[in-house]
Amino acid sequence: MSRILEKKQLSETVFQMRLDAPLIANERKAGQFIILQLCEDYGERIPLTIADADPDEGSITIIFQAVGQTTKELAKMNAGDDVAALVGPLGTPTHIENVGTVVCVGGGIGVAPLHPIAKAMKNAGNKVIIIMGARNKELMILEDKMRAIADELIICTDDGSYGRKCLVTEPLKELCEQEPKPELAVAIGPPIMMKFCAETTRPYEVSTQVSLNTIMVDGTGMCGGCRVTVGGETKFVCVDGPEFDGHLVDFDNMINRLGSYKKQEAGTHRCRLDAI
Amino acid sequence: MTYIPSKKLTDNAKTVLEELNTRTEPLKPKDRMAIPAQEMPSQDPAVRRCNMEEVATGYTAEQAKLEAERCLQCKTAPCVAGCPVAIDIPGFIQAIADGDNQKAADILKKDTLLPAVCGRVCPQETQCQAPCTVGKVLKDIEKSVNIGRLERYIADWEREQGLIETPAVKPETGKKVGIIGTGPAGLTVAADVRREGHSVTLFEAFHKPGGVMVYGIPEFRLPKAIVQKEIDTLTAMGCKLETNYVVGRTRKIADLLEKDGFDALFIATGAGLPRFMNIEGENLVGVYSANEYLTRSNLMRAYDKERAATPIFDSEKVAVLGGGNVAMDAARTAVRLGAKEVHLIYRRTEVEMPARVEEVGHAKEEGVIFHMLENPKRILSDEKGWVSGIECLRYELGEPDDSGRRRPIATEGSEFEIEIDTVIVAIGNDSNPLIRQTTPGLETNKWGNIIADESGKTSIDRIYAGGDIVLGAATVILAMGEGRTAAASINQMLAK
Ligand SMILES: Cc1cc2nc3c(=O)[nH]c(=O)nc-3n(C[C@H](O)[C@H](O)[C@H](O)COP(=O)(O)OP(=O)(O)OC[C@H]3O[C@@H](n4cnc5c(N)ncnc54)[C@H](O)[C@@H]3O)c2cc1C
Ligand SMILES: Cc1cc2nc3c(=O)[nH]c(=O)nc-3n(C[C@H](O)[C@H](O)[C@H](O)COP(=O)(O)OP(=O)(O)OC[C@H]3O[C@@H](n4cnc5c(N)ncnc54)[C@H](O)[C@@H]3O)c2cc1C
Ligand code: SF4
Ligand code: SF4
Ligand code: FES
Repeated sequence: MSRILEKKQLSETVFQMRLDAPLIANERKAGQFIILQLCEDYGERIPLTIADADPDEGSITIIFQAVGQTTKELAKMNAGDDVAALVGPLGTPTHIENVGTVVCVGGGIGVAPLHPIAKAMKNAGNKVIIIMGARNKELMILEDKMRAIADELIICTDDGSYGRKCLVTEPLKELCEQEPKPELAVAIGPPIMMKFCAETTRPYEVSTQVSLNTIMVDGTGMCGGCRVTVGGETKFVCVDGPEFDGHLVDFDNMINRLGSYKKQEAGTHRCRLDAI
Repeated sequence: MTYIPSKKLTDNAKTVLEELNTRTEPLKPKDRMAIPAQEMPSQDPAVRRCNMEEVATGYTAEQAKLEAERCLQCKTAPCVAGCPVAIDIPGFIQAIADGDNQKAADILKKDTLLPAVCGRVCPQETQCQAPCTVGKVLKDIEKSVNIGRLERYIADWEREQGLIETPAVKPETGKKVGIIGTGPAGLTVAADVRREGHSVTLFEAFHKPGGVMVYGIPEFRLPKAIVQKEIDTLTAMGCKLETNYVVGRTRKIADLLEKDGFDALFIATGAGLPRFMNIEGENLVGVYSANEYLTRSNLMRAYDKERAATPIFDSEKVAVLGGGNVAMDAARTAVRLGAKEVHLIYRRTEVEMPARVEEVGHAKEEGVIFHMLENPKRILSDEKGWVSGIECLRYELGEPDDSGRRRPIATEGSEFEIEIDTVIVAIGNDSNPLIRQTTPGLETNKWGNIIADESGKTSIDRIYAGGDIVLGAATVILAMGEGRTAAASINQMLAK
């Protein structure tokens, strides 16, 4: 059980929560995630990145988009309420190293998991260029926090309501064309965005890390539900990842697998949600 | 195996028992062997295909008495040697025959902590019942004394009478023992170490304790309430339970020993790493490991579609790959989740199948279609990347291999396809590498199993291990037996 210490709404569908979790706060490193559950008997186990942690206070911060049953229910909870189950930190931490220049690309809610990585990259001495993209201005999150880290910050929206009117791949391509080109790109966002980021950097041979958000159950390597094909091999995202070489990930297969329960989630689950 | 309704079984037992009761002279071995072996009453296959409730409903008192009378009380008791924890089998069976159920329960408890579980899930036909004299004389292993069913009868009797007492705990010693994993091995160590007065904390990665008994073996074979009862007993004894705690991630082994003051640790993390076949199409949408399929259904209760938030495939036609208990459980779960056809594909023959005979029989009664001497070559996909079928090869049996089982050999050019929408891979589990990777100095073998000596001690001082993480995927009773041994050496070390 874990108490919600604070709740903030970042946009119409995106929420930030600080949770009481001293052990996790103490152990966690950039790139790791937790799994939470709102009811131990019938609740689903959903993975969320640890966006930030305060070991002194013993708290972690999560940022999530209300997209389905569990995230919508969580969005209705408030400070003082308890999350029934919280486990972590899970996953292999990001490999942080001073490589020179790192471009961090965040799309939509992907900015939340990107933030701790960008911060760690900066602290390791890298020059950090951040590209943030969203459908429109209202959906842009964590701009101030990212600005505080970035050596350079590029904002794009699909509809041009804020920053440049383009997809994140456009400034990414420009950066790859510059000399010297960046040593590393880290792209986190919707799978389709990560796929195209990887395609963008591939011709320039800019090493590109992506963080995969597959469907999970246990998060400890027990079920294989999170598996993806990377460089022709099967990998478990929860233990081998969540970060992988974007140039090797079979994104089409991953996107397909994410859609496994579309029918069920759109059917029975949705009806019950509306009833709440 | 043909299904016999429970009422008929119990009526038959009553008639035979009445006849026996009229006899004045003691039964001779010949008379005992003439008593018909008691079949297990079970739910009607047509009904149970649509529910998750336990299939085998348990002996009646008359059946238990009759079955106990079949035991010859052999002086050499070959059955005892077949039981991994050497239960005094003739002893507890005699007590049942004498009508002293409490005595039978006490005898069982000396050697096993989980008789209600083992009576249900032990592969008796290869363990205690294999060497039974009655089966040998009647030249049919299925006619051996049904030791497991009697064991279950007594455990259930005791529980249902509310007679289970919380074992006495010695005065607190101030010593602290941490147990990692709450399957049968971990639960056993918890009980045995706590009894000596040591403080016990159980760590479990999942949100519910019980290990495979809870997330893997389905409700229809092992009701969760039985496992929960064992856990309630442990908490009543004062054991602490930390769920949602992944040792190696939430806290490292070294920190538990050095910072948190644990005097000893027992690692019982099981064999939780699903094996895949490495064939084409294995990552298509609609391919599950049995671990995932069973966890969704059991632990996450996806079968309860009205209430559970965790989804599971609504399959029409399912292929299950494998021939062990895990495969049977997956196939029978698919039946209950509403699949119209469930195909079980195994590359050897039924004789070589490692599953319990009873489960194989039950699966057949429930309409699972068995494909023997066939093996998948690749999984076929529709244009959207979802499973549409499976291509198999026919096999024949060649010379015996290292395991003594005849090696299956593919018949070239024998490819054929089965149309299906779901594949469940149930070909076994390896050990989860998490603890190994986060604990420097902990020695493992080439399969990744932790190496422990005969007392359960690992390569690191004060760290013990047992169950599937040491043995590789094995059985509940072996895990429990290992737990007993390790607990004894932990207690001995802490007494110094
Ligand atoms: C390692 C990891 C880290 C993650 N970090 C974050 C995070 O920091 N913030 C955040 O908002 N989300 C994050 N996600 C995604 C998050 O887990 C899903 O949004 C969540 O599981 C949806 O649950 P639900 O019950 O609300 O929706 P559901 O009812 O389960 O699904 C609603 C819709 O979302 C899709 N969906 C289901 N699971 C996922 C998934 N894992 N990823 C993407 N779409 C999914 C479904 O296909 C469906 O269309 C992360 C995922 C992983 C694997
Ligand atoms: C589907 C299925 C059917 C089976 N049927 C039978 C049968 O009929 N008869 C039979 O005798 N045997 C059967 N078995 C095998 C039997 O269940 C196992 O041999 C037995 O459960 C092993 O016990 P264990 O205590 O070693 O570990 P497990 O029961 O595997 O328990 C290990 C526990 O440790 C937890 N854990 C793992 N890693 C960590 C960590 N890092 N930190 C904290 N906790 C952790 C796991 O979540 C789990 O709860 C079956 C197995 C399966 C999967
Ligand atoms: S071998 Fe069979 S008949 Fe003999 S004591 Fe054991 S159970 Fe009884
Ligand atoms: S524990 Fe298992 S092997 Fe031993 S007597 Fe009981 S059923 Fe047989
Ligand atoms: S979530 Fe189960 S193995 Fe990764």
